[in-house]
Amino acid sequence: MQFLLAFIVVAPLIGAVAALLPAPPGLKGKSPDQAVLRHGVTVTGVILIAAIVLALGFDHGHPSKMQATTDIQWIPALNVHIHLGIDGISLPLLVLTALLTFLCALYSYFKMPAGPSPKAFVALLLVLESGTLATFAVLDLVLFFLAFEMVLIPMYFLIARWGGDQRAAAAWKFILYTLLGSVVMLLGLLLVGLKSGTFDMVALATDNGRGLTTSVQVIAVLAIGIGLAVKTPMFPLHSWLPDAHTAAPTVGSVLLAGVLLKMGTYGFVRIVLPIAPHGMHTFAPYLAAFAVAGIIYGSLACLALAKQGNKGDLKRLIAYSSVGHMGFVLLGISSMTPTGVNGALFANIAHGLITGLLFFLVGALKDRYGTADLDTLAGATGAALYGRAPRLGGLLAFAAVASLGLPGLAGFWGEMLAMFGAFDPAAGLSRPAYLTFVAIAAFGTLLTAAYLLVVVRRVCMGGKPAEEPRLADIQGYEFAAWSPLVALTVLAGLWPAVLLGLTDPAVQKLLAGGKS
Amino acid sequence: MTPDVTTAAAGTASLVQSVDWVAIAPPLIAAAVALVVLLADLFLPPSRKPLLGWMTIAGLVAALASLAPLRTGSRSTFCLTANPDACSYTVDQFAFVIQALVLGGALLTALLSVRDTKEKLPAGEFWFLLLSSAAGAALLPAARDLATLVVALEVASLPAFALVGLKRGDRLSSEAALKFFLSSVTATAVMLLGVSFVYAATGTLHLTEIATKVATVPGPLDTVAKTGVVLTLVGFAFKTAAAPFHFWVPDTYVGAPLPVAAYLSVVGKAVGFSGLILVTVVAFPSYADVWGPALAVLAALTMTIGNAAALRQSATRAHGAVRLLAWSSVGQAGYLLVPIAAAGYSSGSQVGATVAYALMYAVVNLGAFAVAALVARGKPLNRLTDYRGLYAERPLAALALAFFLLCLAGLPPGIIGLFAKVTVFSAAVNAGLGWLAVVMAVNVVVALYYYLRWTAILFRSPEAAEQPSEQPTGAARPRVPAPLTVAIALTAFVGVVLSGAPQLALHFASVTLF
Repeated sequence: MQFLLAFIVVAPLIGAVAALLPAPPGLKGKSPDQAVLRHGVTVTGVILIAAIVLALGFDHGHPSKMQATTDIQWIPALNVHIHLGIDGISLPLLVLTALLTFLCALYSYFKMPAGPSPKAFVALLLVLESGTLATFAVLDLVLFFLAFEMVLIPMYFLIARWGGDQRAAAAWKFILYTLLGSVVMLLGLLLVGLKSGTFDMVALATDNGRGLTTSVQVIAVLAIGIGLAVKTPMFPLHSWLPDAHTAAPTVGSVLLAGVLLKMGTYGFVRIVLPIAPHGMHTFAPYLAAFAVAGIIYGSLACLALAKQGNKGDLKRLIAYSSVGHMGFVLLGISSMTPTGVNGALFANIAHGLITGLLFFLVGALKDRYGTADLDTLAGATGAALYGRAPRLGGLLAFAAVASLGLPGLAGFWGEMLAMFGAFDPAAGLSRPAYLTFVAIAAFGTLLTAAYLLVVVRRVCMGGKPAEEPRLADIQGYEFAAWSPLVALTVLAGLWPAVLLGLTDPAVQKLLAGGKS
Repeated sequence: MTPDVTTAAAGTASLVQSVDWVAIAPPLIAAAVALVVLLADLFLPPSRKPLLGWMTIAGLVAALASLAPLRTGSRSTFCLTANPDACSYTVDQFAFVIQALVLGGALLTALLSVRDTKEKLPAGEFWFLLLSSAAGAALLPAARDLATLVVALEVASLPAFALVGLKRGDRLSSEAALKFFLSSVTATAVMLLGVSFVYAATGTLHLTEIATKVATVPGPLDTVAKTGVVLTLVGFAFKTAAAPFHFWVPDTYVGAPLPVAAYLSVVGKAVGFSGLILVTVVAFPSYADVWGPALAVLAALTMTIGNAAALRQSATRAHGAVRLLAWSSVGQAGYLLVPIAAAGYSSGSQVGATVAYALMYAVVNLGAFAVAALVARGKPLNRLTDYRGLYAERPLAALALAFFLLCLAGLPPGIIGLFAKVTVFSAAVNAGLGWLAVVMAVNVVVALYYYLRWTAILFRSPEAAEQPSEQPTGAARPRVPAPLTVAIALTAFVGVVLSGAPQLALHFASVTLF
């Protein structure tokens, strides 16, 4: 088990190096480009299989226990250990990452984004995968920071080299924002590590903040929180996200929304909540307020973009909707209750599945129409996707409905539980304030439904112009890349216990610290 | 070695000092080889001059090898016969690692200059000056009295002025040398004044003696002692190119031959920093409340000014690459100052972070200069835009430069750069210098911008217009001098090894150095 986890983290890196080397004889394929893209599919596929085996071998009876752990001294001078392990909180995210990266590699095998050679593309994709997987698997604060930083360079190049218009500016904005956040986060992590004498997350979580004075916790939570909030992104720090999403290639958008944003919220759950509970207590109401502001802001921005005549870009619209959805996740975390945190983790996974699917679909739309501009797409009456490409239209409607949180699909449970948790926040948090937040968030769900329905109406419906040719409907490879996401969205919606059974014991233990 | 050695005549102790030849071997070998090279230059015919370069390289390798027995423990020599604890020359962990750094840096500089001395520079003078300067630089970290310290500093600096001005007939080169010389001499004068004040107040030149006596200076002399401390520090601040004394750096680096600029940015800095550490932590620990805050402010200023100036470098300016490296080295000097400032707030062991950071910086900065030297062979203007498409042309050199730049920026895959920064940050946080840590954090982000901009240029496709003219350079491409390749490969190898096992460098942050 422990070798399997180490393999999952390290293998993509080895694969990335191998991608840069010339293909060995016998694996040359039709052309060097095809060979390297196939290499990407193979490596991510192997990682996905390994992740599934890991999930099957996971002791589901004790999801709160760290499993498959490795603990090796790495840098004694800094007291840094290579400490890996997974529990019920990280396992779903690990599998989600492996799945989404595999689907992205598969998608690019057939539809390589326009840009320079696929060799570097595959290598960067694999480094990105390794960094994300490492973020969810490491249990050492310094290593967490290292993994957190590792995704920056590949993502920067993915946007800057294979992106659309304005890609250079967007890539800069992405990397400068997140780097500034993560350096501040490093200061917070160092403060925690130096004051408590260890960087080990498990030991610190068991301590539950008893080794740290309240003032240290407050400063640490502020510093770490800023870093994570930029990544999540939380409302006033979100402005890099829409630009990055608009400029990124389809695959980049899917990974950015599906996996990279989760690193921020995962950090809140894994580090901030258990390690500095008093500091979190101080900031929880502010976090909740910003989260709710983000929900409303994101929805209003989407409504404005969806309006006729505003030249709204569909990718930008989904990016703003991510700000809103991540607002729900943050609201759940800020409640500091098991219900809320479980909801947040559920919403995390659901958002990864649904928004990943949405970005795939919009990317496909953009390929077919040559633009993602809603006004150009829709024309006077609508794009009439139902008529011109019925399956694509149906799938888009499905994803939109899942995103707005229809009961029975994945989007529902997370947001419901997050609001439920905030309805009755942890002891010591102001109930009236949280009731207000819940009321505003509930209003936000209405706005979310409104803009998503407007989008469906404008893209899928409309008069079918007789003279325009039929668009290509869903291709085989698109079907292969998308159907797992659809299936999992339905599964998580109908049988939420599959996820909650994993996360709940682990969350209970994290919130209680060493007491239970 | 010092004036008061002979005064300690009384008593049973012998007047004759025993000299530990093994301990002083590294600087001694360098100095001896320097003289041999100077003499050999007179007798060798011009066609055999390249031999001098290989002699220099062999001498530096020998000096490095002579460090091996000094790996562990601490050995002293030139001690007072009356007081065996007061020594002028001590090889401890600190001296060992800095000596290894400066000799290694000189060796890499030598590798970079083998080709230049064949074409542009007078060989004999160049190798002699380089070795003399290296000998002084190797002497300095082991010096434990103020006189030896100043002598070592001057032995390291004086040849450096000449090295900078060695490009004969180049106006820029002589101007750079003059600028460097004038400002350096002023600093030396100030420092000597400070040293004499300290001597007047304490009556001793040995650092450890000063540390005990300076705390109990009689009232009237207190002002003299304080002034002496401040003036001495100002002298070293200049050598490290700290903020108000940094203006000579860019012009000097651009005017100097490229390998010499690399030498100045690594060995010259190491000399300044080891001197600063010795004076602050060993000699004046009781004045920590004076130099601690002063160095903290200096560190913040230095990194901010260096990074702001590097940020403003335009990509098309001539010698833009060296200019950028020059300003970035000013910024890096700011990071190097942080742990020393932290030592003023907590304890002297914090300076280990400076040593660890200096090791990382030396390796990757020399590597970056080596690649710059490689590119400058084909494109003498050395603008940042000249690096465009380097990956298509020379993939390995481009990957190496990208790795070095990301190490300097402190981002994965430059793991050693990241952890060296983490060590510096933790020194600041540990000492309670939160504001300095935040200033440094902002600076790290600013620096990332220009390092990454350069990295991104490497991987852009070559300009279409240049495609036809690509052929002649492509034909001439295989002509990369072997020593240059060795230098790049060596630095890249060390950088990668350190990234895999950062403990090798960071270990100095956790052991007792003195």
